[in-house]
Amino acid sequence: MLVVAFVSFSLFNFVGDPINNMVGEETSDEERAELRETLGLNDPVYMQFSRFVVNASQGEFGISYQLRRPVSDLISERLPATLELVIISAIIALVSGTLLGVYTGINRKGFLSDTILAISLLGVSLPTFVIGILFIYLFAVILGILPSFGRGEVVDLGFWSTGFLTISGLKAIILPSVTLSLFQMTYIIRLVRAEMMEILQTDYIKFARARGIKEKSIHYKHALKNGLIPVITIAGINIGTLIAFSIITETVFQWPGMGFLFIQAVKFVDIPIMSAYLVFIAFVFVMINFIVDILYYFIDPRIRVKSEAVSG
Amino acid sequence: MDNQRLTLFNRIKDSDVYFSFIKSPTAIVSSIILVIIFFCSFFVEIVAPFNPFDPASLSLMDAFTPPSWSEEGVAKFVLGTDGQGRDMLSTILYGSRISLIVGFSAILFSLMLGVTLGLTAGYFGGKYEMIVMRLTDVQLTVPSILMALLVDGIARGIISRELHDEMAIYVLIFAIGISEWPQFARVSRAATLVEKNKDYVSASTIIGLSNVLIMFKHILPNIMRPVLVIGTIGLALAIIAESTLSFLGVGVPPTTPSLGTLIRIGNDFLFSGEWWITFFPSIFLIILAFSINLLGDWMRDTLNPKLN
Amino acid sequence: MSFLKINDLSVDYKMRRETIYAAKNVNIDVNRGEILGLVGESGSGKSTVGNAIINLIDEPGRVSNGSIVLDGIDIHKDPENITKYRGKKIGLIFQDPQTSLNPILTIGEQLIETIQTHLSLSSEEAKNKSINLLKEVGIKDAESRFNNYPHQFSGGMRQRVVISLALCCEPELLIADEPTTALDVSIQSQILDLIKRLTKERNLAVILITHDMGVIAETTDRVAVMKNGDLVEIGPTKEILTKPKEIYTRSLVSSVPPTDKKISRFKIIEKEKKGQSDTNIKILNRWVKKEISNKDLVQIKNLSKTFDDSFFTESSKNSVMAVNDVSFNIKEGESFGLVGESGSGKSTIAKMIVNLFRPTSGDIYFNDVCITKIKSNKEMMKFRKQIQMIFQDPYSSLNGRLKVKDIVSEPIKLHNPSISSIDLDNYIFDLLESVELSQQSAERYPHEFSGGQRQRISIARALATQPRLLVCDEPTSALDVSIQAQILNLLKDLQEQLNLTILFISHDLPVVRQMCDRIAVLKNGKLCEISKTEELFKNPSHNYTKELLELMPKIESIYN
Repeated sequence: MLVVAFVSFSLFNFVGDPINNMVGEETSDEERAELRETLGLNDPVYMQFSRFVVNASQGEFGISYQLRRPVSDLISERLPATLELVIISAIIALVSGTLLGVYTGINRKGFLSDTILAISLLGVSLPTFVIGILFIYLFAVILGILPSFGRGEVVDLGFWSTGFLTISGLKAIILPSVTLSLFQMTYIIRLVRAEMMEILQTDYIKFARARGIKEKSIHYKHALKNGLIPVITIAGINIGTLIAFSIITETVFQWPGMGFLFIQAVKFVDIPIMSAYLVFIAFVFVMINFIVDILYYFIDPRIRVKSEAVSG
Repeated sequence: MDNQRLTLFNRIKDSDVYFSFIKSPTAIVSSIILVIIFFCSFFVEIVAPFNPFDPASLSLMDAFTPPSWSEEGVAKFVLGTDGQGRDMLSTILYGSRISLIVGFSAILFSLMLGVTLGLTAGYFGGKYEMIVMRLTDVQLTVPSILMALLVDGIARGIISRELHDEMAIYVLIFAIGISEWPQFARVSRAATLVEKNKDYVSASTIIGLSNVLIMFKHILPNIMRPVLVIGTIGLALAIIAESTLSFLGVGVPPTTPSLGTLIRIGNDFLFSGEWWITFFPSIFLIILAFSINLLGDWMRDTLNPKLN
Repeated sequence: MSFLKINDLSVDYKMRRETIYAAKNVNIDVNRGEILGLVGESGSGKSTVGNAIINLIDEPGRVSNGSIVLDGIDIHKDPENITKYRGKKIGLIFQDPQTSLNPILTIGEQLIETIQTHLSLSSEEAKNKSINLLKEVGIKDAESRFNNYPHQFSGGMRQRVVISLALCCEPELLIADEPTTALDVSIQSQILDLIKRLTKERNLAVILITHDMGVIAETTDRVAVMKNGDLVEIGPTKEILTKPKEIYTRSLVSSVPPTDKKISRFKIIEKEKKGQSDTNIKILNRWVKKEISNKDLVQIKNLSKTFDDSFFTESSKNSVMAVNDVSFNIKEGESFGLVGESGSGKSTIAKMIVNLFRPTSGDIYFNDVCITKIKSNKEMMKFRKQIQMIFQDPYSSLNGRLKVKDIVSEPIKLHNPSISSIDLDNYIFDLLESVELSQQSAERYPHEFSGGQRQRISIARALATQPRLLVCDEPTSALDVSIQAQILNLLKDLQEQLNLTILFISHDLPVVRQMCDRIAVLKNGKLCEISKTEELFKNPSHNYTKELLELMPKIESIYN
């Protein structure tokens, strides 16, 4: 985490002169000097860095260059939008991806399997934004049943605004979440399939067959359980990737989330937002990795039991 | 020597790879498509019916012409024209060239960086390996798009606006390249670890070969298989990445539009009915990526010794 | 009538280029209460027959002909029915206990599942039955170990668990496919004893598939010999081994290294090559033959090696002491054997001698120079020329992407950079001929050669720098017994003619007896004893040596 903070900080300070970026060209030199003083830019680097870290851990990131509002406000406004989108997409991608992956792994040949695989390959080749555009065109313009942009009505729960509780909100989330999940889903299908196929070739599966265990039981009890272990790691990284790809989806659907914010920031070289986004993402990833490690502990007996043996 | 050349050719013909290629219709079809696309892109000046960047040849009167098979279509503009009167087919071909150049260069850069780091990390081990692997782990948690965006953003901050347009392509190649290197490093390192334990490597050490020679003469050729698979798939990803970035507006400058830029421009006209401006570049991009992926998929299946 | 009768069984695999006939019209019968050995070299089809009985043949293979009659019933008639027989009437165990068990289920769960698939017992009853089974196969603390996971058992224990799983539904036929090949000699004898006991107690019909003639002699009542898919002969073990009728069987039996005496050369009955009675090795022309004095060529003093698991922890919790204070000397021109089971440290010592690792402590002297203290690469190169090694696995010891001539020329070019290309080619041809390979082999790639031939290429490469010391790390452990005999003969010839000093490492005592003048026995990194070969075998002083000699499967036991 510290590494990330440092990177953000360097971004903040060394990429262009913050002052120049913040104020217009008419500001006089005196006023600039004053601003510099207030922002503490004249202090030695390490002081600035520690201040940055302290502020960051309190969620204080400074002021956006472009929008002139505190970054933390901007982020907390947009956060729920992105998170809701990501969660729905994650569920769609993981559930359908795993199911289809298992199916094609077990039934290696067959028309349905081949079709699913072909479509999954197509899915990997379709850039998210193209899918988004096509969907909008199909469902919004031609069929006109789903909204093409925006989030619909939201209900404000105080610190969180949710689109789940309104019909228009729910309608609005369908297209973006399916678009977002598609890329990941195809990836998961291929991964799970490869896992399943590899497991079905192992000796212990062969031995189970030799003992007369029924095929169905072999597939679900033996193979699947083993196959899910690596999927968990992937699921973790997946969520991270989804957050990143949400940038694209949000742009296409004009979904008011953090990704959209970030893109604008990059275009206008709005450093505070960029660094804040970075820190936030890093935090999310570290959390996810941590959770995945804990999950591994519970699922894989090889890890769990060994540790008990050492300590007990 | 004639004898040697003959055996090389026969070796290829006899090999499992060739056999599997001939037998796989998808591999053949996708290769043909790719060859056509590559050819057209490289010789685009000859192949394209028009030069869309020559202002003299444009006329606003031709703007918004639909594709030739629709009512208002004109034969000479096969796929219609855009808002400036540029022929769609030509712009697509020029655009694909940009996309391909950026994609290839980025992946090549990624490959060289990643393989070198992965190979040396796997071979030497120790603290060096640990550091490299940590780096890849950290970077792998950051999705490539994000990485590319970041690098691009930083570059924008550093380079002044005017220079930026000129350097944009290089920045883009660097950004996408940087975002993909961990995949190559991971794969190379894993494969190197496997090879390192094989006896022929020990034999080479015992004979007295230097580490550099062992790595590049012995180990490298033996790890290229999985690297190539990742490379092909990475190429598709790089092309998609580039088009995504261009679509978002942070990719290639508008003066040298790639397929992504075209799609973005066309997007604005989607709702007013001029669908072809976005549609055809999209289809082209999809075909390109799909063919590369098909080929990569076939490669993965063929080069995998386990799936018999 | 026999309990199991295999009639005219044929199994083929349709590959892309050709069809492989793994089994051709095989006829075998087995009775209850007897152990039938199924022996053959690699590619003989013995495993195929075992798998075919319960129809576990994977695609693209299939049973193309024949019937399998178990207790009067043709079990292949209705392919759907075969699952009913698996586990219930027929039990099958594989070679590698490590991979045979599902790592994420406890053995209790796997036992109960198998039992409940075939017998209608409640969970409680199934559990009791499982625990009794575990006791029967010799697992202590069966009640508590019932809830353990596979990785918590050692190799031998795991194989016992595998046996219990195979027998839990009371089958009458047991097929054991190389059940002890992956285990150490001491564990091996325990498992074989277990199988013998179970055969008697449960009146089982057992098919024991193996390539090890010693195991056949000690464990089986009857034996069937297979080669390339054909059944060569079948009969009572004693008869087949003492009075083999077929030529192949005779050559197989004579290739087995005797455990009770030392012979000078292995008798090869089936010769695959045209007369190579020319005992003069070609390479001799170029070899600068060193005279043999009686001094020590190699001196190992207090050698130790510790492997650490992690870089950053200082605690020695995870470290393994592979070699612990070992000292011995190798005289010039002698053949010195280093013997031990897995984990004994023998390979590690070999790798330190050839400078693949540095010792943690101790010194190695070569020709009176302390090579462990050499720091510069240049200095080291002088010694690299003189010490070369050949390895166990013929498939990983050659770089598949290089032609044979490139593989062999590499060391030559490295140490003689100014050699002319004609000289180089001639040198390569001489080397190849010295290992009984044709000149044309130079232009070919490793994958075009068999295991034995690849070992020959390895030997040629090792000899290219005219080393004084040749380290052989289990050079024939991965080869069929008939090929092994040829390679060992080759090594003997080479040593004699070139005055080589050989360090021979193996876990296979009979082989070591034939090849070495003196032997050192290692256990867990420590030296147990060093003696002259005949002394060691006739009068072992250390307990461990005695145990090893006791337990090793001897083909001569058939005479008792």
